[in-house]
Amino acid sequence: MPINYYIFLSLALFCIGIIGVLTRRNAIIIFMCVELMLNAANLLLVAFSKMHHLALGVNFPTLASEAQVFVFFIMVVAAAEVSVGLAIIVMLYRNTHSVDVNFLNRLKN
Amino acid sequence: MNNILQIVWLIPFLPLVGFLINGLGRKSLSKSVSGIIGCATILGSFILSIWVFIQVKNGNTFVAHYYDFVNTAALKIGFDFQIDQLSSLFLLIITGVGFLIHLYSTSYMHEEDNKDFAKYFAFLNLFVFSMLLLVMGGNYIIMFIGWEGVGLCSYLLIGYWFKNNEYNDAAKKAFIMNRIGDLGFLLAVFWLMSKTGTADYHEVFANVSKLTLTDITGITLLMFVGATGKSAQIPLYTWLPDAMAGPTPVSALIHAATMVTAGIYMIARSNVLFTMAPLTQSVIAVIGLATAILAATIALKQNDIKKVLAYSTVSQLGYMFLGLGVGAYTGAVFHVMTHAFFKALLFLGAGSVIHAMGGEQDMRNMGGLKKYMSVTHITFLLGCLAIAGMPPFSGFFSKDEILAAAYANSPVLWGIGVLGALMTAFYMFRLYAMTFHGKFRGTHEQEHHLHESPVAITIPLIVLAILAVIGGFVGIPEIFMHGGHKLEVFLEPIFAPSNAIAAKHHLEHATEYILMGVSVGGALIALLYAFSKFSKYEKTTAEESGLGKIFANKWYIDELYNTIIVKPLQSFAGFLNSLVEKKGIDGFVNGVGKAINYGSRQIRFLQSGQVGNYVLLMVVGILIMFIIQFLSK
Repeated sequence: MPINYYIFLSLALFCIGIIGVLTRRNAIIIFMCVELMLNAANLLLVAFSKMHHLALGVNFPTLASEAQVFVFFIMVVAAAEVSVGLAIIVMLYRNTHSVDVNFLNRLKN
Repeated sequence: MNNILQIVWLIPFLPLVGFLINGLGRKSLSKSVSGIIGCATILGSFILSIWVFIQVKNGNTFVAHYYDFVNTAALKIGFDFQIDQLSSLFLLIITGVGFLIHLYSTSYMHEEDNKDFAKYFAFLNLFVFSMLLLVMGGNYIIMFIGWEGVGLCSYLLIGYWFKNNEYNDAAKKAFIMNRIGDLGFLLAVFWLMSKTGTADYHEVFANVSKLTLTDITGITLLMFVGATGKSAQIPLYTWLPDAMAGPTPVSALIHAATMVTAGIYMIARSNVLFTMAPLTQSVIAVIGLATAILAATIALKQNDIKKVLAYSTVSQLGYMFLGLGVGAYTGAVFHVMTHAFFKALLFLGAGSVIHAMGGEQDMRNMGGLKKYMSVTHITFLLGCLAIAGMPPFSGFFSKDEILAAAYANSPVLWGIGVLGALMTAFYMFRLYAMTFHGKFRGTHEQEHHLHESPVAITIPLIVLAILAVIGGFVGIPEIFMHGGHKLEVFLEPIFAPSNAIAAKHHLEHATEYILMGVSVGGALIALLYAFSKFSKYEKTTAEESGLGKIFANKWYIDELYNTIIVKPLQSFAGFLNSLVEKKGIDGFVNGVGKAINYGSRQIRFLQSGQVGNYVLLMVVGILIMFIIQFLSK
């Protein structure tokens, strides 16, 4: 399958993520959109790695799949982020009884 | 080179040590300790100088090289001391007269505070150090270090009583006028180095044939500009009379042993260059003579005892330059020496009088002091006779030598010179008569206070008086005694190259007797006239009129300089201050500050606290980066 499909798919996912972050005010949804962007990047990494493997795998079998390891790194970061982020959202909800990010501007001053 | 004379570095080093001790420890040293340190260091230098002088007299001249001061491919300047006939003679004058002045100061300055007293001696030592560096230097650069040093020290000492604003102005005046001259000297040295590639005396004088006449004339004229500043000649002489703002011994030091003789020394040192530039020599002779006359006329009408002496110094320096200008280098150096004796004597004597009068300097309030101060009176009289050129006192021999050389050059120069000499006799005896004869004209309280000065003051006076009387015998003219001019024989190696270039004029013996007779006779008449006129001086309130008024106001030279130079400069400085500095530079700097302040206040609104805004800005930023990336490909 041509690489173009993967690129377009992940670009679409990424753009959906960005638009979601920009337009929505619900913290949970913003959070999900961020996850969406991260996974768009993951998808692209895996796709490129696979393509790379097809081109070089004959001569360098170990080298070609190493790029997929980065996906795990991103997953770990995302998991850590989720734990911190959700904790913040919970605290936000407890204080304001809302998950609207616009209330966060009270941090000012 | 392993010569025992290498040790000459001690001569300037000792005063430097004295300066450091007194300068750094001025708050903790007692008066007697700092006085002893100040005097002892100079005395040490003096003893070494005598030893060096004897060595040189035995024909042991040399250049001591200590280290490379500047060492590049194109230029090499060593930290050298040159010990020869000329510098050893100056060493004796500087340290000898300098020591007496130090000794005198211990008593004269005794009423100062402890730390001011130590400061005074520190400056005095630094002054002597700089002057020693100036005369001992083996090249023009080392000379220039000393040259600047004496300029600085004169500023410090003239402004010693810095709480008085007028004194500060006098100090600044001295410093600035010296700076003008220094610029000339510096340019001359640069010119010389660019043409010959060296600043070393020996090499410069050996390579003098490489220079064109234009070069030599330019260099020597610029050097002379330097000399006019340091040695107080027209047009830069006005600082010297104002320099009496400092304590009297400082005036003695500046006027007699150091500072003002620097210009003479420099020209005598560079005599080869000057002899090869006839134009410069004429300029020097004319300026010297003009200064001698101008200053003498001013001195006729001054009433301040120190001012009279100050103008007489300017006038005598004019004679020395006349001597240099007509090629009588020995005569000029001889006059430096005798002048150092009698002018130091006169200044210290004047200091003794001022001391007794409780700070009074106006001669109109003095009179009849001879019965109170016999030592000061007698020594002062001897000094006056010496400066007036009475035989057989020292001034007679040196002045006569210069005047004879001037006559050989042109009788006009001689005629004007003699006129100046008559005025010298007149104003000195006016001073003498007004101070020591007649009735006392001061207040009753001052009269009660009159007393002879203590020993530390009278001993230097006596020593200097002896020197002023016999100092001339080292240079008895040929016509009196064959081979009597020991100084000329001694200095012969220095001036030999010049004498080889310039044809020596020889006067008929009869002519010389006549010249001498005219100048001595004239001076005697002037002296007696002044004495008879002013010994019965009565205080009057009458204003001077006509020419006398011009003389009394110093030809309005100070006013002239003020109007054409100082005032325009000050208004220009005011303009720069108010417009360029305050509005221009300050406006720009403050404007930058204000702009940043205003800009930041505007940018602050970006930090709204709205998370959405932040994210939007971030995305826009990333997009812009992408676009730039694409466009730049």
